[in-house]
Amino acid sequence: MSNITNQTLSELIKNIKSKKISSTEVTKAFVERSEKSKKLNAYITDNFSSAIKKAKNFDEKPNFELKLPGIPIAVKDLFCTNGVKTTAGSKILNNFIPSYESTVTQNILDQGGILMGKLNCDEFAMGSSNETSFFGNVQNPIKENLVPGGSSGGSSSAVAANLTPVTIGTDTGGSIRQPASFTGTVGLKPTYGSCSRYGIVAFASSLDQAGPISKNVKDASILLEVISSFDKKDSTSIEFKRNQYSEELTNNIKGKKIGIPKEYRVEGMPQEIEDLWRKGIEYVKECGAEIIDISLPHTNYALPTYYIVAPAEASSNLARYDGVKYGFRSPGENLIDMYEKTRSEGFGEEVKRRIMIGTYVLSSGYYDAYYLKAQKVRQLIKKDFDEAYTKVDAILTPSTPSSAFKIGEKTNDPVSMYLNDIFTVPVNLAGLPGISIPAGTDQKGYPLGLQIIGKPFDEQTILNIAYSMEEKIGFKNQITDWWI
Amino acid sequence: MDLVSDQEFLIKRNNNTYEVVIGLEVHAQVISNSKLFSTSSTKFGAEPNTQVSLVDAAFPGMLPVINEFCVKQAIKTGIGLKAKINKKSVFDRKNYFYADLPQGYQISQYKYPIVGEGNVILDMPSGQKEIGIERLHLEQDAGKSIHDIDPNNTFVDLNRSGVALMEIVSKPDLRSPDEVNLYIKKLRSIMRYLGTCDGNMQEGSLRADVNVSVRKKGETNFGTRCEIKNVNSIKFMQMAIIYEANRQVDLIEDGKSIDQETRLFDTKKNETRSMRSKEDAHDYRYFPDPDLLPLEISDKFIQDIQTDIPELPDEKKKRFIDKFKLSPYEANILVSDIETSKYFEAVIKEADVKLATNWITGELFAVLNDKNLEISDSPISANNLAKLINLIKDGTISGKIAKTVFEQMVDTNENPQKIVQERGLQQQSDPKALEELIDKVIENNADKVSQYKSGKDKLFGFFVGQVMKESKGKGNPQLINKILKEKLNG
Repeated sequence: MSNITNQTLSELIKNIKSKKISSTEVTKAFVERSEKSKKLNAYITDNFSSAIKKAKNFDEKPNFELKLPGIPIAVKDLFCTNGVKTTAGSKILNNFIPSYESTVTQNILDQGGILMGKLNCDEFAMGSSNETSFFGNVQNPIKENLVPGGSSGGSSSAVAANLTPVTIGTDTGGSIRQPASFTGTVGLKPTYGSCSRYGIVAFASSLDQAGPISKNVKDASILLEVISSFDKKDSTSIEFKRNQYSEELTNNIKGKKIGIPKEYRVEGMPQEIEDLWRKGIEYVKECGAEIIDISLPHTNYALPTYYIVAPAEASSNLARYDGVKYGFRSPGENLIDMYEKTRSEGFGEEVKRRIMIGTYVLSSGYYDAYYLKAQKVRQLIKKDFDEAYTKVDAILTPSTPSSAFKIGEKTNDPVSMYLNDIFTVPVNLAGLPGISIPAGTDQKGYPLGLQIIGKPFDEQTILNIAYSMEEKIGFKNQITDWWI
Repeated sequence: MDLVSDQEFLIKRNNNTYEVVIGLEVHAQVISNSKLFSTSSTKFGAEPNTQVSLVDAAFPGMLPVINEFCVKQAIKTGIGLKAKINKKSVFDRKNYFYADLPQGYQISQYKYPIVGEGNVILDMPSGQKEIGIERLHLEQDAGKSIHDIDPNNTFVDLNRSGVALMEIVSKPDLRSPDEVNLYIKKLRSIMRYLGTCDGNMQEGSLRADVNVSVRKKGETNFGTRCEIKNVNSIKFMQMAIIYEANRQVDLIEDGKSIDQETRLFDTKKNETRSMRSKEDAHDYRYFPDPDLLPLEISDKFIQDIQTDIPELPDEKKKRFIDKFKLSPYEANILVSDIETSKYFEAVIKEADVKLATNWITGELFAVLNDKNLEISDSPISANNLAKLINLIKDGTISGKIAKTVFEQMVDTNENPQKIVQERGLQQQSDPKALEELIDKVIENNADKVSQYKSGKDKLFGFFVGQVMKESKGKGNPQLINKILKEKLNG
């Protein structure tokens, strides 16, 4: 089969199960394409030879009952993988090889998935363009010198470029949905507490969630089914009845009420985005859903709230990278000197900026004015959604305020970079599920995404809405393989 | 039992009299097989870094999971301190960098501790004094930095990292080193009764930060306090308080002010030294740990623990006084250590209370003291001591012979009945046989008899002694007394 890497996850599963292709063939095809795609810089660490060996093992003793039978998958380098280097895109973990497996990747392995490698990302997932990675920029396969979004930029690039059938990223403020939007792929951030955070390098603990990036909605639902699980090792993991998301996937959304929040019409939003949104509304109407105007009055405060809460948690979460136990160490005259040198040299600019902000907002005398107030606003933002969900089943918004930008275009303007997350951040603050699907392109031909936000633990509804919209939209990514 | 002076602890300088105000933050290691947020063992004395999980060493992506048993232990202790149990408490991160603090923060409880206000009763010679408890919270211990193995490097042992501690904060109600002594001992006693902390200060299971301030006697406002960090013996706490109080008084008398600061006690020089001033104080940037949900406890959970609370020293003491007619002093001695109280109760199950009290607090304590043994390692079992007491009680042996038997029991822990039998130590209680001995003594000491009869009463003791000697110490003293009196006075 010549076009293995073009196939969706569900096609690959079907073809492996029906023995039309072997896991080895599939794995080799993706490895080969990945090797030809070094220019994208999507990988930090490859696990190719081990993956091919594992694929052979699978083919010798196949188990077709598994949900990911012999499927090779590359994952964001934020997931700790047993015996495979895990860097979080940072120099400070450049030499770190975990002796343990994150719950989410373990779930993938348990279902027959094969680890193909570790994908590039912004350092400690802090960034919206993958430009803060110690391991360099990632190219968007849509066009040369275009960012793939971030922080899961290696992941979105790899899926769009067919280097892996699907992948998992993490989303703290939009890090799955925004890169999906920039690369014409599907990205889902599950409800906080759905996927275990155990073994994921922490950025902001109260916001981080793992989720799938895929070529289509069906694939996202398959992968979500695999990675979502209750885990005693994560105290914030939540026990609830998880659906068989892919089996229950339906394009029947008749009578579903979909909210359109007026506050998401932000000033200066390009007309193309506005048009896309309007088109999205038409699509869901055509599918039989009911459109309801809603208000999320505290939306304006989401971004500043996020940029207090997330750095605060990050400043504490990243304290463990001190050169004492593992990772990079720069020798010093004494302990304090060693700390200073290690952390000055080991962390990049953006990470240091956020550690500074986080340390500041938690400082005595500022805590009440910043962190405490931000937590209160966060509650208000959550209440906005609770209120809205008494009237609607889901909410439709654009994913991002713009399409992908050029590499280097925003690196010197952090605030303009932060604005990328304006539509995605409220969802993290409220702990809700959100999915971004490709819905069209702008004038330059760059993909644009629409976001569907759901009720807590109601991933099924947003998957179904996305599934039916996907059918109507009929989006096809225009990838020319310019890098090969 | 400690001898506590009833005199106030006051410092006099020139014409001024100062009192000392002391508050303690006791760090008590929770008895638990595993750590507060991980499953690693807490066993003391293991090879360095052998009891460290990925969580304890703060590897990337590792998350804390609360150990329910430690929560129970904290609640149990709270109940023992007659304190309010907070149904909702929050774990916070206390952020600071140190080589033996792998996470870069300690998980502790800041604004919302698991246990609120309570109290501890001290038995002072003049009566009881209540010391207020401000709060009790759970927190992780840090690891240990070892600076003296290598001249150029510090070694870190993380075995202790993550072990559960209860920080028990008193109100500033203590007024003397003696009260501090009693307070620590009472706290330790309560926790040992509950099985929540072994109180072993040598192993660091119990340490305290001591807050000291002074003020002129009669003054109601508090003076500026200094905190003496991490003192690990009662003796050192007392020495540190005496030094620190005097230092503060000297400063005031010299017209200087006291800086609020953290100090260290140098045990070799017997002085406190400034560690860091208020300005240099760490900004710990406390905030709720987002990896842990607030700790919510149901009424049922607390009730189940409540039913598991044993009789505590104060109640036991009251029972001993009411039921066994012990003096408060005796009762205190017997209840202060749970093992002693258990031993006592085992003995009195089978033997006379009064004799048991005397033998335990007298002979047995002397032997344990001499041999530096805990009562749980007593060479004489409670069962054998009860047998010995019964031999005295039923007249088989005299109290004096009992001491001889006791000495042998210390060496062999043999059944006293067996010792008495083998050595033929039964008391001579046959009146006829005793009469014979008495007659013999009277006959041999005719001169003394006439002296006695002419009024030298004191000689009675001489005759008793002679008869005892004749009986090889086995004569029943009561009988000898009785018959002698009849013969001499008759």
